Amino acid sequence: MTISRNRGAFWLPIWTLTWRELLRFFRQRTRVVGALGQPIIFWVLFGAGLRGSFQAPDWAPTGMTYQEYFFPGVTVMIVLFTAIFSTISIIEDRREGFLQGVLVAPVPRSALVFGKLTGGTLLALIQATLFVVIGPLLHFVGLAPSLGWQLSVGGWLAMIAFVGLLAFTLTALGYSMAWSLDSTQEFHALMSVFLMPMWLLSGSFFPVPESGWLSWVMRLNPLTYGVAGLRRLMSPLVADAAASSSLPSLLICVAATCVFCLLTVSVAVLLTHHRSVINVR
Amino acid sequence: MTAIDVQNLSHVYGERRALDGMSFQIPNREIFGLLGPNGGGKTTLFRVLSTLLPVQSGRVSVLGIDMAADSSAIRRRIGVTFQAPSLDRRLTVRENLVHQGHLYGLSGRKLADRIDERLARLGLTDRRDALVSSLSGGLQRRAEIAKGMLHDPELLLLDEPSSGLDPGARHDLWRYLQQIRNESGVTVVVTTHLMDEAEKCDRLGLLDHGRLVALGTPAELRAEIGGDCLTIASENPVELSSKIASRFGVQPKRFGAALRIEQSRGHELLRELVEAFTSEITSVSLGKPSLEDVFIAKTGHRFWDENE
Repeated sequence: MTISRNRGAFWLPIWTLTWRELLRFFRQRTRVVGALGQPIIFWVLFGAGLRGSFQAPDWAPTGMTYQEYFFPGVTVMIVLFTAIFSTISIIEDRREGFLQGVLVAPVPRSALVFGKLTGGTLLALIQATLFVVIGPLLHFVGLAPSLGWQLSVGGWLAMIAFVGLLAFTLTALGYSMAWSLDSTQEFHALMSVFLMPMWLLSGSFFPVPESGWLSWVMRLNPLTYGVAGLRRLMSPLVADAAASSSLPSLLICVAATCVFCLLTVSVAVLLTHHRSVINVR
Repeated sequence: MTAIDVQNLSHVYGERRALDGMSFQIPNREIFGLLGPNGGGKTTLFRVLSTLLPVQSGRVSVLGIDMAADSSAIRRRIGVTFQAPSLDRRLTVRENLVHQGHLYGLSGRKLADRIDERLARLGLTDRRDALVSSLSGGLQRRAEIAKGMLHDPELLLLDEPSSGLDPGARHDLWRYLQQIRNESGVTVVVTTHLMDEAEKCDRLGLLDHGRLVALGTPAELRAEIGGDCLTIASENPVELSSKIASRFGVQPKRFGAALRIEQSRGHELLRELVEAFTSEITSVSLGKPSLEDVFIAKTGHRFWDENE
């Protein structure tokens, strides 16, 4: 009896917080349009503009265009931005008073964290999947090269699962940053000096160089392994490429992303559990 | 039965002592008001009582449960309404209540019935599917209370419930608070800085600088300072003050340009004062002590500081 009651007290709040996150998102139509429109525009414009200067890395299949190279990078960008924008709402929730109402409810603090993270993850997953489906269709109107990817059902599921893991990780990262901030302006500042460079230096935008300081920075960036893993899962042509410094093996990618995930989620939970002045401001 | 029992509670933010050894009890079924100026400690006390802040030192028990031992058991049985609305403005009234119900472990038919009942009771039935952002301030506060009362709490805590409400909405609010106290036996604790609102409470605690300076029914508090209250305005209050003291043997209290005397037979003193110091007195008023007078008598300073 007590067990089932406790279980309800954990899952029901997670569900309701997730539901609220989705409801709010779909109620803001411009957010829906912007979330998918911007990455598609980026993909097409950068793909066209940087086509000539792109030097394919050693692992790339022959004839890989920049747009093909950039595709997983844009997917990660969608995940990153959706994760960020869904966690920015924590700052608004705190300022508007909504968060206080949740904090005085008989809900474990971890349920609050997981509700928020699940909401952000689902939103990121929906948009990333839409992009992965819509993006290649642009080939038929001449805005994209033929990606020529034939993924099996298992391949699709593995890819979606990995995007989900990545989304959960990045939502937790955004959550941890947003939790202690007072204003969304501060968040935007952190975004441009920390989150954007993290994405730029993840192998999304340009390949990891063979040597030099940049290669070290990029190899230390946990997101590099997320992007590389997604590359391998997305394209059967890349999947079997030999592991190299610029494209680690799938095993390393998954392991590194799991560690990154564990780390960000732990920080999010710890911050939320700490009962302090920040939690009631 | 005691709804709230606070023993020697102190709370410190860094250097600042927000609560300084406070003790009081609130019995069940009482409408209790915490009255004090901003910065007096009301908000901190409210946050401790609503389990948002931990008990740093002292003891607090709510509905017989020790807060340090089990604050989540307390959360299940209290309802909290904050000054800042905790409704999600992008959701409808009903969606907000469904969300709240889920947070308190209610779901399905039971939750739906209860929401319908609360909406009807607070006169919100026809606005159930309206977005909260489209409601007036008074309706939003009603929805806020419906939210706080959804899980049938035995104790309702409200932080500045009348702020931003017009007089009509304020009247409705108090009628509802009295109704839930009378019909459901709910204990109600409100913080306020409004004197007329404080008058409606069964008992009041006056807070100043983190201390409880007075406790009692509004009538008891007024009786404590006794008699009448004379307020004298003068161009030269310092000089007048010493003249009054030497001639009538009462020491007025000075607040800026005003002097104040508490006296049992105020009307007699009034006549004598005016006769004696006609030229020095700009104006003088005589009245029964208000709660503001009680506050001044207990703390030695005004409720609203001049520079505030």
